[in-house]
Amino acid sequence: MSQEKLFHLSRRQIVRGLLAATAFGVTTKFGTGCTASTSGQADAGANAGSGDGEQMTVGFIYVGPKDDYGYNQAHAEGAAGLTKALTWVKLVEEASVPETTAVTESMRSMIDIDGAKVLFPTSFGYFDPHILKMAQEYPDVQFFHCGGLYKEGTHPKNVGSYFGYIDEAQYIAGIVAGSTSKTGKLGFVAAKPIPQVLRNINSFTLGAKSVNPDVTTQVIFTGDWSLPLKEAEAANSMADQDVDVLTCHVDSPKVVMETAEKRGIFCSGYHANQSALAPKGYLTGAEWDWANIYTKLLTDIKSGKTLMSGDIPHLLRGGLKDGFCKVSDYGPAVSSDTKKAAEAAKAKFMDGSMVIYTGEIKDNKGNVVIPAGTSLKQQDPKLEEMNYLVEGVIGSIGS
Amino acid sequence: MSSPAESALGWWGVLLAILAGTMRGGTPFLFVSLGECLTEKSGKINLGLEGTLLMGAMSAYAISYLTGSPWLGVLVAGISGLALGAIHGWLSQQPRVNDVAVGIAMIIFGSGLAFFFGKPFIKPTAPQLPTIDLAGWSQNPAVEAALKISPLFILGALLAPFLHWFFSSTRWGLYIRAVGDSPAAARAMGISPFKVRMLSVMAGSFLAGIGGASLSLYYPGVWTERISSGQGLMAVALVIFARWNPLQCLLASLLFGGAQALGPALQSVGIKEGYYLFNAAPYILTLVIMILTCSPQRTLTGAPGALGQEDA
Repeated sequence: MSQEKLFHLSRRQIVRGLLAATAFGVTTKFGTGCTASTSGQADAGANAGSGDGEQMTVGFIYVGPKDDYGYNQAHAEGAAGLTKALTWVKLVEEASVPETTAVTESMRSMIDIDGAKVLFPTSFGYFDPHILKMAQEYPDVQFFHCGGLYKEGTHPKNVGSYFGYIDEAQYIAGIVAGSTSKTGKLGFVAAKPIPQVLRNINSFTLGAKSVNPDVTTQVIFTGDWSLPLKEAEAANSMADQDVDVLTCHVDSPKVVMETAEKRGIFCSGYHANQSALAPKGYLTGAEWDWANIYTKLLTDIKSGKTLMSGDIPHLLRGGLKDGFCKVSDYGPAVSSDTKKAAEAAKAKFMDGSMVIYTGEIKDNKGNVVIPAGTSLKQQDPKLEEMNYLVEGVIGSIGS
Repeated sequence: MSSPAESALGWWGVLLAILAGTMRGGTPFLFVSLGECLTEKSGKINLGLEGTLLMGAMSAYAISYLTGSPWLGVLVAGISGLALGAIHGWLSQQPRVNDVAVGIAMIIFGSGLAFFFGKPFIKPTAPQLPTIDLAGWSQNPAVEAALKISPLFILGALLAPFLHWFFSSTRWGLYIRAVGDSPAAARAMGISPFKVRMLSVMAGSFLAGIGGASLSLYYPGVWTERISSGQGLMAVALVIFARWNPLQCLLASLLFGGAQALGPALQSVGIKEGYYLFNAAPYILTLVIMILTCSPQRTLTGAPGALGQEDA
């Protein structure tokens, strides 16, 4: 029982401890509170007018690390590009914030302590209920969410959503993959069979089939957005089955790209530029170009436009033409003929004459999903409910 | 050499993937389960090995990146495990402190620490451990890739029989077993249960740290916050399945590693249905093992007598 003495605390010690903790808390709170409130005042001024030289605080929140070679890196690069383009933007960032009440706290402290007037909580799951709740609580702060979940009438007016048709870039990546592949087998490591993912798989496959009708795309669903071990297993087992171009739609394509390079096959990136991970096999990739979009948005806000007044559209969408996404620079394995074909398709996207989903398109069970003569343009809401894999894709969306 | 038709393995690919998966994916299981086996033999439970695994993975990757020497990374991963083990070993032996509760706290502490220090190392690519190529005879790239074996796996495979011999035939092994079965008797023998348990927990954590190194420096060979996906916890269940026998730990680890490869491999040959089920294979296996090995009528054979009990 001598050990119990070790933990015995006298009342005096407890009182002393409590006092010390309080003093510590007060001093630290005082220190941070002081610096934050000055910047808060400055920002309040910046928001009201459009005076030059005044700083505007913009908050970015990411669900994962900022340098994951994936979704979060794409947004973080966008934020970095924004501060470079517009020097009056003061950036506050927080990474690895889970889609729980933690993000509510992050938003609150960005608004209250840092004085942010514009917030970009980037992860899909932040929207409902976290952003909606905060938007009601802070009606003068503008919230931009990446995803496209905004519904007119039901959601607060100071919430906007933006998303890009990155499947256009995937179509071009498909052209490159289809004409570079020697075995005619492409591989796609996908997280979950949801419409956005299926649309990327289908566009990639249609792009590949436009240059080589016999190409097949093998799909493996891992089941979640970030499962490095499963992604590596999926990449390896497809390499075993003679697949020679791998691409993916997971949060961080790093594992897939590195595994492809290790196995000596080609790969095509997603979200951000991964050419550094696979210097030999990287063909091209579908990248987001958020810096462009963020700079446009903030320039609009600076000039006095707001979501609340309706000057900034609540649903902001676009593809290659609108600068939402781009195609990575071609890798060393891409031939000049392939580059020409890809550039030709890109030019058609840029002038708006390209429509990926033009009938007749069959799904991989033989049913006609888009009849001949019908073409579904980029913005068509039907494409956002996609629940099939096109002919040429090996895989199934049913679990 | 071979035409596409020959090199496409088809169903053989599934077997190959499982075989490769046993060695690739089984290595972290092997080290963590051997570490947990050692810990539990001394009568303590360390659920915190999940956190240790992450800390090991992070420190191995970081050191390998900073120094360029993956082996130094492995060593540091072990040492970081040792440090976490020391905390668990000391804390869980305080009066009225429960092993399991401390273990859960250590999962959170270990993973939090790993995430905190691991931030700058997510992006860079660290030098990986060299692999031993056993497929010089084969022209098939798939077979070659499958038979690239990690030296850590061989180390673990040798460690299992060594631990078995250690427990059954050495004085130190006897001390550990005595402390685990009956601390009172051990104390009467003049052994300090505190010291023996402390050292066992630390050594076990050292091994779990090396398991983490095999995740980040061999397969899948990256450091991300989702790298362990519960393998540390599964390894604890695995020790029960293996009846606290290091040799059976080796077999069980191989089984679990193979089960992990099953889902993706089956999808790649066109088994399209039920991939969620196949992906869940390792977890289902854990549950089945728990059901089969647990019975209210009898206690588990091989379980250390004083496992997880309050030191009298």
